[in-house]
Amino acid sequence: MTTTATQQTLSRRPRQRRIGSHVFLLLAVLYFVVPLWWLVVGSTKSNSGLFVGSGGALWFNDEFALWDNVKQLFTYQGGIYWTWMRNSFVYAIVGGVGSTVLAVLAGYALAKYRFRGRNLYFSMLLGSVMVPLTALTIPTFVLLSQLGMINTMWAVILPSLLSPIGVYLVRVYAVDAIPDEMLDAGRVDGAGELRLFFRVALPLLRPAFVTVLLLTTVATWNNFFLPLAVLRDPQLLPVTVGINQWQALSNAGAGGEQVWNLITTGALVSILPLIVAFLALQKYWQGGLSLGSIK
Amino acid sequence: MTSTTSAAPATAQRARPAGGRRGQSLLDTKRQWWGWLFLAPFTVVFVLFLLVPLGYAFWLSLHTKGIATGGESVFTGVANYVRVFTDADFLSGMARVGRFVLVMVPIQIGLAVAIALVLDTLATRLSKASRLLVFVPYAIPAVIGALMWGFLYSPRFGPANDVFGLFGLAAPDFLSRDLVFGSLVNIVTWQWVGYYMIIVYAALRAIDPSVYEAARLDGAGNRAIAFRIKIPMIASSMVMIVVFALIGTLQFFTEPTVLRSVAQGAIPTTYTPNMYAYSMAFSYSQFNYASTIAFALGILVFIGSYVFLYATRKQSGLK
Repeated sequence: MTTTATQQTLSRRPRQRRIGSHVFLLLAVLYFVVPLWWLVVGSTKSNSGLFVGSGGALWFNDEFALWDNVKQLFTYQGGIYWTWMRNSFVYAIVGGVGSTVLAVLAGYALAKYRFRGRNLYFSMLLGSVMVPLTALTIPTFVLLSQLGMINTMWAVILPSLLSPIGVYLVRVYAVDAIPDEMLDAGRVDGAGELRLFFRVALPLLRPAFVTVLLLTTVATWNNFFLPLAVLRDPQLLPVTVGINQWQALSNAGAGGEQVWNLITTGALVSILPLIVAFLALQKYWQGGLSLGSIK
Repeated sequence: MTSTTSAAPATAQRARPAGGRRGQSLLDTKRQWWGWLFLAPFTVVFVLFLLVPLGYAFWLSLHTKGIATGGESVFTGVANYVRVFTDADFLSGMARVGRFVLVMVPIQIGLAVAIALVLDTLATRLSKASRLLVFVPYAIPAVIGALMWGFLYSPRFGPANDVFGLFGLAAPDFLSRDLVFGSLVNIVTWQWVGYYMIIVYAALRAIDPSVYEAARLDGAGNRAIAFRIKIPMIASSMVMIVVFALIGTLQFFTEPTVLRSVAQGAIPTTYTPNMYAYSMAFSYSQFNYASTIAFALGILVFIGSYVFLYATRKQSGLK
């Protein structure tokens, strides 16, 4: 008697809760998706259609101007938008891959080699994770300008190679992922240290490698403060700084400089590569982003 | 905090080679070099782009160069620091990012944990799709996110008038001096909750479900399981994301800078310490004072996160 009663409440409870949970989730998803929906809709509108249109802010107008907008991206200011996109790719790929390679090498060394000064090095590394990187931008600018490197691609790429958090993540991961016995067995068989790294360590570090690569690539792709400070030549800007300039000019007023349709379409095109990358690499980052937080 | 994490493997390694002391130590010295060799490339970057700029910023902050000094760089000791810590613009900027931390961090973490807890109890197709959709804003650059919300807030482009019109109300001006703080909180929340949620969710998935069964046998309800078991067990991930959020928020720069051109007048160039440093450097060419602001901010961020990590050392397992 009592058991059936409790079973009933047990089975009813979860269902009610599930409805509540799903409603909560739907509301949350709505919040996260609506701005993107607005961007998709906005990029199908012409410059004037963004202000006055049949569809309102959250629906398509009768006029569908997406292809015209994309074409205009190729012609406006000599197609500078695509130069910005290329620059963003160069910065993100060179900065992301470079900093990941450095982080994997350093994290492996800190996890698997015993040498004088290792603990001190690791403490410094942990301390540097707490240094706000933007605090370094202004002195970096002054240093680079004394070296005559301002306004070159190197001014963005070289500082982007620094990723203390990447080293930390690889080190935490490598401690458990690479058994010492495996390395020692390799050494007994006469394998050199480089060979051990490439043949034994690297394959085991793959999840950490992919995660750090995603984190650093996203960080470089999103970077705004550094390129804003060290670049003047419009031809060298990444797409983030470039679109922001269009927006600032459009807001400042002059009629011919108002390119709202290019801002919306350009913004949409610029976010597609990363969204596609994240969807394609799901199985890596879903577990990997929590590296270092689970013990 | 380093002693426990790094000392354990060190002692384990030290204990192992018991036999062949001599040959081992010879090998060790050779291997030491390999350790440094693997570390070398990162170390170069670490020195050139972290230690040197940091040291240089400190050097710049101890000097002054300007019309008053005849264009020469003159050693002025702590004068710049006296100036910065009595500078109303810097102090109000610091107070503002402090308020952002107090408002924004709890909202972001609370929302992230709530969504992760709900996702953890469901295994439906909808929950899988929502996990991805909630995460998507992380893949969008802060500039683009701020731009998009700028459009949405704007009475000219945004849907606010339509939405509020449904209820016969006039839309509030999200970009006014009074509301811009909340509007910025919303942008950052939108951008980062998904990332924090993924970290919390992964930590929740790592808990052994048999713990819940045991608790259920003891009569614990779902709420009790969430608050008494799940949240305490993911404390170390929570500490980590709070530190990320804390450091990120104190450096607040991109979103207010982007929103500035839309919200004319509501966001001054001194809105956050980083914006202040930027304008001192690039609008006024006061690189010494800008470096002082950056260095002072760096110290405060460092102290802030260190104090937080120290206060939560029990929860995080870092000692």
